[in-house]
Amino acid sequence: MTDIGLWGVPLAILGGAIRVSTPFIFVSIGEALTERSGRINLGLEGTLVFGAMSGYAVAFHSDSAWLGVLAAAFFGLLFGLFHGFVCKLPKVNDIAIGIALMLLGTGLAFFFGKPYVQPVAPDLPSIPFGFWSDIPQVEAALRINVLFILGIVLAVAMAFMFRATRIGLIVRVVGDSADAARAMGINIDLVRLLSTGVGGALAGVAGAYLSLYYPGSWNEGISSGQGLMAVALVIFARWNPVNCFWAALLFGGAGALGPALQSVGVTQGYYLFYAAPYVLTLGLLIATSSTRRAMSSAPGELSITK
Amino acid sequence: MSTETTGLVLAAPSRAWVETVARRSEGVALPLGALLIGFLAFSVFLAVLGKSPVAFFGYVYQAGFGTEFSWSNTLSRAAPLLLAALCVALPARLGLVVIGGEGAIVLGGVAAGALAMSLPGLPGPIGILMMGLGAMIAGGAWIGAIGAMRYYRGVNETISSLLMAYIAIALMNHLVEGPFRDPASLNKPSTAPLPDAYRIGELPFIDVHWGLAAGILACVLCWVLIERTTWGFAARIVGGNVRAAEVQGLPTGVLMVGFTALGGACAGLAGMFEVAAIHGSANASLAAGYGYTAILIAFLARHNALAVIPVAVLFAGLEASSGLIQRRMELPDATIAVLEGLVFVAILLSETLTGRMRLFQPELWRRTS
Repeated sequence: MTDIGLWGVPLAILGGAIRVSTPFIFVSIGEALTERSGRINLGLEGTLVFGAMSGYAVAFHSDSAWLGVLAAAFFGLLFGLFHGFVCKLPKVNDIAIGIALMLLGTGLAFFFGKPYVQPVAPDLPSIPFGFWSDIPQVEAALRINVLFILGIVLAVAMAFMFRATRIGLIVRVVGDSADAARAMGINIDLVRLLSTGVGGALAGVAGAYLSLYYPGSWNEGISSGQGLMAVALVIFARWNPVNCFWAALLFGGAGALGPALQSVGVTQGYYLFYAAPYVLTLGLLIATSSTRRAMSSAPGELSITK
Repeated sequence: MSTETTGLVLAAPSRAWVETVARRSEGVALPLGALLIGFLAFSVFLAVLGKSPVAFFGYVYQAGFGTEFSWSNTLSRAAPLLLAALCVALPARLGLVVIGGEGAIVLGGVAAGALAMSLPGLPGPIGILMMGLGAMIAGGAWIGAIGAMRYYRGVNETISSLLMAYIAIALMNHLVEGPFRDPASLNKPSTAPLPDAYRIGELPFIDVHWGLAAGILACVLCWVLIERTTWGFAARIVGGNVRAAEVQGLPTGVLMVGFTALGGACAGLAGMFEVAAIHGSANASLAAGYGYTAILIAFLARHNALAVIPVAVLFAGLEASSGLIQRRMELPDATIAVLEGLVFVAILLSETLTGRMRLFQPELWRRTS
């Protein structure tokens, strides 16, 4: 094994950023779609955990990791559709429903997930882009999961959809002005229902990535707020899917900081480094929010920015 | 207002009180109905899984409310829930959805544990008072910062409070495993055990620590503050319409920071009681999830500080029965979390019926002839 000394830290952060950021990418582009339609779903944390559990369980029983991902997407879709349907009722608050679904989703996941803590399910495949290198750290950093690449494709596709397609325009109109959308004869509730549903499905996929690839097992501590941080990340990324991707990479890097330093023997302040992603999220929220002007490019119907 | 209205109208001299009762009872009947529907949905959930809902609620009664011992267990758990629920209910009256009370509990506990270590040898009551004050300052500053971020920077308080809860738990782990660690605590890193003089004992007549009395007192005081003082009145106006409040010249910023800090101080006090009356030192057991159950309690109580008391006792009993249910029914420990999630969804759905049920409209009860 070649000793690369302190170079291991940035390399581990890069590799970690790619590994850690994938769930952020999926949750945040899903949430970007939901928020662009004028609703906020804070329940994605619960959806993510349930997706992790259901994906792991189905992958274990069917012996196929990809079936697990599909199942997680399906259950995520159900959670999203429920949120979307319920928020259509008058006087039902989308933020509060999100909190309730966060608690219900994690509760259900822990309830049904108890038998799956021990068994081992198949992993999702990854592509060794680091095959050219002899240095194991480089190889490890460049072993990239298929879902990461799929996430990039999805982010670009969704950005294109918002910019240049009819569907994207409809979602944007519904999110910017319900009155304008009504005047155009668009079924607002349906658009929001579907947008929240798809957002939930993507959060489910993010959960499956956690349990089926990295860290790659199901337990009750599988998510440490990724679903929630992704919601904050969307605000920072200004509801742009491609920005969401870059922001997710940044958050992934922050999340990889603790383990990377630990791998070279820095154990002082271990827990503080673990808090880095939360501190980063909060700092970015403080820096980019404002009370005086409406946030630039925020959807007009969004309750958190009104 | 046709046939059914006239059918209900009886000949009575004055119906004003009936109208008042009808209007007022909506706020009680809707949450109560939602609670029952949540229990019903959970019963269906259990029945589908082949478990008996009747047995479930039987065990809840037995372990939560059936005996003197179960009551003391329930009320001990109610103490932190009462205080933590105020951390949700108080900001909610200003229209702020703060859900990170767990962070204030944890930091309040650490502050209490650290103060006990650095101030040994004080007379017991003074030491306890210092611990309580320290915990309230820690929790108040933590949650008050959320109110300040909201007012001065427009940061969404729901997201920031949950992020702050994660940061608080990381900070607690860092402190109890690092600077504040008692070298003698091997398996579970903790602060040094509290001296006996700093431990909080039990109330007279019942086997429950003083945290219960503090929790109930806090709820009553907060109710008075909200409903019977000008500060509370101003806060409710801010909760109704921030812009209208600002036009009226109300100090919105002071109210936002003040009420969030007060809520945080209550949650911090809960952490202090957990340390001084239950655990005996500050450690990771502080993050027991009371802050999250408290969110549901506050919503179910419609953010009314007095209504928090019975609701907190109910959910304390439910959680107290968790162990027995796991053993006797072979259900996982997350069972109560599923029940709580279903009740939470039901209570939020019931909001849609507000003002839409004729039964609660004063007009229905008005004499039409």
